[in-house]
Amino acid sequence: MKRTLIAATVAAIVGPVLCAGQTPEEKGLAIVREADRRFKGYGDAISRLRMILRNKQGQVSERELRIRVMETPDDGDRSLSIFDSPADVKGAVLLTHAHRSEPDDQWLYLPALERVKRIAAQNKSGSFMGSEFSYEDIATQAIEKYSYQWLRDETCQGQDCHVIERRPLDKQNSGYTRQIIWLDKEHLRTLQIEYYDRKDSLLKTLTFQDYRLYLDRFWRPHDMNMVNHQTGKSSQLVWFDYAFRTGLTENDFNQHNLTRIR
Amino acid sequence: MYGRTLAVLAVLAVAACPWRIASAEKARPEAVGPQTNQPGEPNEPNEPAPARKGRSGLTGYVAAEGRLFFHDPLYAGQEDNNGSLAAQPEYYYQWNNGALFTFTPFARVDSVDSERTHWDIRELYYHYAQDWWSVRFGMARVFWGATEFVHLVDVINQTDLVEHIDGEDKLGQPMLQFSSSVDWGSLDIFILPYFRERTFPGREGRLRPELEIDTDHAIYENRDKERAKDLAIRYSRTFGDLDLGTYLFIGTNRDPLLVPADYLDPNDTADPRLIPFYERVTQLGLDATWASGNWLWKLETVYRKGYLDPYVAATGGLEYTFYGFAGGKSDVGLVAEYVYDERGDDPEMTSIFDDDLFLGLRLSPNDLAGTQVLMGFMQDLGDPENAVSVEASRRFGDHWRLSLDLWLFLDAPENNVIYYIRDDDFVRLELAYHF
Repeated sequence: MKRTLIAATVAAIVGPVLCAGQTPEEKGLAIVREADRRFKGYGDAISRLRMILRNKQGQVSERELRIRVMETPDDGDRSLSIFDSPADVKGAVLLTHAHRSEPDDQWLYLPALERVKRIAAQNKSGSFMGSEFSYEDIATQAIEKYSYQWLRDETCQGQDCHVIERRPLDKQNSGYTRQIIWLDKEHLRTLQIEYYDRKDSLLKTLTFQDYRLYLDRFWRPHDMNMVNHQTGKSSQLVWFDYAFRTGLTENDFNQHNLTRIR
Repeated sequence: MYGRTLAVLAVLAVAACPWRIASAEKARPEAVGPQTNQPGEPNEPNEPAPARKGRSGLTGYVAAEGRLFFHDPLYAGQEDNNGSLAAQPEYYYQWNNGALFTFTPFARVDSVDSERTHWDIRELYYHYAQDWWSVRFGMARVFWGATEFVHLVDVINQTDLVEHIDGEDKLGQPMLQFSSSVDWGSLDIFILPYFRERTFPGREGRLRPELEIDTDHAIYENRDKERAKDLAIRYSRTFGDLDLGTYLFIGTNRDPLLVPADYLDPNDTADPRLIPFYERVTQLGLDATWASGNWLWKLETVYRKGYLDPYVAATGGLEYTFYGFAGGKSDVGLVAEYVYDERGDDPEMTSIFDDDLFLGLRLSPNDLAGTQVLMGFMQDLGDPENAVSVEASRRFGDHWRLSLDLWLFLDAPENNVIYYIRDDDFVRLELAYHF
């Protein structure tokens, strides 16, 4: 009797992942949950980011930022983006308190006025620093904010991949009807995302490359390239100087303390 | 070690800095590209990460500015147009424990107005921070408030009005500040040991009242004058979508009353002029911002009790942003704010905005040049008094930014402050090099 109960419990937990009879929705969600589980647990991380913006004619413009991010036990991530260039926005800081189900909270610190300004952050379709990335694209994607569907298995970047579609639940405030994501089967790392605009035509493709392993557990991409198919523009994010578990605390992500960040 | 650091004066920090820069630079790896990360090499939890080491920097801008006035000057002594040069460098050093030293001098040289040729120390402070508390001393700038057009609750710093008529420029304020941030909010206590007088355009300058303002002979209610100490206590907290702040300020009013010299002394034989009078006030303030969807709701209110009758003033309004306007990359923001002042319109210029509506339009195309346009319109609801402003700017290359401001004072009945500057419509062009 006891053994049957244990077996039933194990089946109930493992079943949805292994069971071949699950629906595409269940399979998509299960894969994304597992990918999220593997992404999490890093504590906090700091890194630097070079953003390379290219227009159709090949003109290039660069921006540099420092990123600090911290997990919270029961809510979304806390993150800070500190602008280092171009020079006229140097010292500006963007603070985000991401939430799992509610809209995120966001503040911008403007050093010229020493002013910390709240930003209406529910709509995330606006461009981030004039790049092809919207706030939505660079924010941590809470699982709860999308619905999922497994589409097929496929090879991408020479690896066996899951192909999953996700649709935003808050359609009003997203720039997309859906996104298609390629995750490699071995490590469940995101290798590619296609973004479909509100008219459901392909708008952008984001490719993740140069994954490296930290703390023997956490894979992070160091090269993300976003191509806008409708304008011919592209934006590349190059990450470097990653460091994990640096001892950041909640107070490093308090809007009251933004003025002392340099 | 921390205790000793705390005891070091800002002066010593300056002296220590050259050495610290050298050592910090040496310790920092050169122009680190992505390849410098060792794949799979774990960072120990206690090992200090590269970006947590002390770092220093020199940043800031130099700018050339020209102001073109559309009409001939109204008052004797005023010149037509002016050109000027300004610089505001900032040097900072941030220690690996989060402590910060920063020095930001400012200077402007103006071709016309001797009062506008001026300099200031915007910041010169040392800020020591522990996890939940911090101490700062020196000259600093503190902004409080929520609204876009009129800043009623922002009280710590004096306005550098000769810089720009919008009043956004502030003088550095000497202070000792203690702050704590815990679960139930942030508490700030300021001791302000020295008062800064407001700057005004001089005799040659535009954008001034008919009578010259004699800033050299300001008078004070308190006999300690600028050495009278001010105190401010502020509590602020975020409740989800709501940012809330409230404070008590006891000290010298940053807004002077402008009193005719012959009113103060009937035997005054010099040219008629206005003397700034600084009263002592007790002031309570409240500011709030509430974010809901693409809306921001804002409120500021103050109660002030001083030499004249106590009064209440308030401003509030809303801001709506269209993100990705018309399916593109642009953001378009609409702002509407209202200002109320119990004192009403007053020829003695105690209040400027008493029953006024402000409308604003903000355009951010999110282009490579970082173009920004802000258009504003002000209408007094009690008088036919109104004005228009347009502020536009864009970047050229990585370092240059060109700004164009246009201010038009359209209708200005007598006994309104704008009446004095009714012929001072101007366009301002500024080219700044940021480093």
